[in-house]
Amino acid sequence: MYRIIKARLKQGYNTSRFPQVEPVLPPLFMGRPEVDAGACRGDCRDCMDACPVGAISRKGETLSMDLGKCLFCGECARICTSGAISFSRDYRMATSGRQDLSTDAWKLATALDAKARSVFGHSLKLRQVSAGGCNACEADVNVLNTLTFDLSRFGIQFVASPRHADGVLVTGPVTKNMEVALMKTMAAIPSPKFVVAVGSCAISGGIFQGNEEVCGGVEGMLPVDLYIPGCPPNPWTILDGLLRMVGQIGDRKKGR
Amino acid sequence: MSTLTLRNGQKASFSQVPEYPFAEFADLFKSFITQGFSVSSYFGVPSGDGLMLLAVLTNRNQGNLALFRTRIEKTFPSLTPEIPQVHWFEREIAEQYGVVPERHPWLKPIRFHKSYNGSLDAWNRADEAIEPCVTDYFRVQGPEVHQVAVGPVHAGIIEPGHFRFQCHGEKVFHLEIELGYQHRGIERAILRAPLGKAIHLIQTLAGDTTIGHTTAWARNLESLSDTVIPARAHAIRGIALELERIANHTGDLGALAGDVGFLPTASYCGRLRGDYLNMTGSVCGNRFGRNLVRPGGVTQDIAAELAADLNKRASTTWKLTENAVDLLWSTSSVLGRFRGTGAVSSEDAVRAGLVGVAARACGLNIDVRSDLPWGIYQTHAVPSVILFSGDVHARAVIRYLESRHSVQFLKEELKMLPDTPTFQSTGALEGDSIVVSLVEGWRGEICHVALTGADGNLSHYKITDPSFHNWFGLALALRDQQISDFPLCNKSFNLSYCGHDL
Repeated sequence: MYRIIKARLKQGYNTSRFPQVEPVLPPLFMGRPEVDAGACRGDCRDCMDACPVGAISRKGETLSMDLGKCLFCGECARICTSGAISFSRDYRMATSGRQDLSTDAWKLATALDAKARSVFGHSLKLRQVSAGGCNACEADVNVLNTLTFDLSRFGIQFVASPRHADGVLVTGPVTKNMEVALMKTMAAIPSPKFVVAVGSCAISGGIFQGNEEVCGGVEGMLPVDLYIPGCPPNPWTILDGLLRMVGQIGDRKKGR
Repeated sequence: MSTLTLRNGQKASFSQVPEYPFAEFADLFKSFITQGFSVSSYFGVPSGDGLMLLAVLTNRNQGNLALFRTRIEKTFPSLTPEIPQVHWFEREIAEQYGVVPERHPWLKPIRFHKSYNGSLDAWNRADEAIEPCVTDYFRVQGPEVHQVAVGPVHAGIIEPGHFRFQCHGEKVFHLEIELGYQHRGIERAILRAPLGKAIHLIQTLAGDTTIGHTTAWARNLESLSDTVIPARAHAIRGIALELERIANHTGDLGALAGDVGFLPTASYCGRLRGDYLNMTGSVCGNRFGRNLVRPGGVTQDIAAELAADLNKRASTTWKLTENAVDLLWSTSSVLGRFRGTGAVSSEDAVRAGLVGVAARACGLNIDVRSDLPWGIYQTHAVPSVILFSGDVHARAVIRYLESRHSVQFLKEELKMLPDTPTFQSTGALEGDSIVVSLVEGWRGEICHVALTGADGNLSHYKITDPSFHNWFGLALALRDQQISDFPLCNKSFNLSYCGHDL
């Protein structure tokens, strides 16, 4: 017992003060990409050809990036000679709508409506389903339970039984072999229920889009309430997204 | 009879791989296994109308690989009765190409996908009749014997798989593990993709082993294109690989503590694992080492300032890790649960072909870093840790002591990074060639085999994640255990579902 208390003192207090205090991210961290349409020469396709997942397209005159597909490999920014694409250090990337993930229609996630917030704002239980995830998204969701992030202080918990859950958090491109299990889990969750798609695989199929072995993400299968892009998203990106959805950060509570 | 002998990562013309009629191939295979070689990979390659089977065996005494092949039609005699460690490989060959290894004692699919040959599969099923884990299961019968089925969706944030226990009360007679839920078709997608895209498939084939798998991939392409990468790139790859090992081992030690209800170590190690991942994040921006290793070297340098910073952080974090983990060894309730639980004998470990931590816990002195060293490990040895009890305790202690050696290694490397560039462009791949790269990932031996066609494009790519060898080890560990010991045993192996399923 004495040893345990002594170790406790040595380990110290390590829980972050997020969201009051901003997280520290490594210097090379690649956050939300930004497209400077004005800087784009418009006469080459280098970035589009370099992108392994076809996340970049030209909509009329505007170059646009789909964060729902982006792997954050940075090839586009490296290859662009006119500096039209850059990756910011902004870790906040979650959105409420699929279309909001495009750089030309970028919009951060908004909170659930007032009634939903009154029920789920301080108590949200999620069932996580890995449907072909590579264990990176799973690891960075799981890490929210460690004492650095301490997810439960926000009233958010991952539960074992779908019967106890208010929603499902999906990772992976939804393999054909996991389709039934995912849909059964979803069906076992009592309504009203939420769907959170974490990672480019769950949102669009990611690097696996087009493989006959996968469904290509949850889009069209489940009604998604929160999209958290990345490959994998940084834990802060995931936490920020979840807190925005339940209204614990965001416009509604400015200054928090 | 001869084989093609290759060093780890050495290429050769494919025509040099000797081909034998099946009977001679089988004799050769058996004689090598008797001499103590292990099966690193054994797989089918479509060839004309038939199928070629290619064996990649590892000779750890001499530090090289033996390759030989045969050609089969619709059926071939199974080698599993004599060489148990090929049982999973033969099931894979049967599932992928619709061929039948006759006399295989338990021939079932391993991933539940349709056959690549476009007709009925090895079980005469049409594509639409194939459903995940719908298959025969081993049954124990008798009064009060019951089955417990768990998964694919488990009670936690974990990948999917199906576990079927044959129990009598709490006692487990047999555990059968069925996977395939994570099958994303990676090996075939690699052949369709340009090399610039394929690297992303490699990075995500087991996301917690990004450095291990990208290193094996990069070494194969470098060998095929005769690229000699700068010494500094080797060192940075080594540092990243050891960071990956320490992070995962630390996380596992915390999870093992959690599974026996000892929360102090569980809490501290969960956080400390993040500190190691953040060190990888400081090197390349991503906590899992995405986009760091590329054919030709590494994309990010570790400048002197960062090296000093990482060195300091490694010391501080390791001290805290020792502080957290040492609690395990001084807590009798933890030791009581770890010791003797989930033991695998060394004979079984050899016969099942276990690799990595799981094998070293059973007294097998195998570690690719010292047996077939590559890159930085050719000049900077990392000691392996060998224990003999084969139980949860041995697997936990090995994780701890290995991490200590890894911390020492990376601290030394950070102080003496060679003064060279970090990248060398690669050229075209040589055609009609074969290369095998082994890497000791944190779970164990990673094996990548690349074949090129006459045009210099990849014609076949075979990946064997350490989990492919070790899942059956977990099944063996559960024999005669309590069903309540499953989470603890499972965590002590901590195998990859996606790395197996591909």
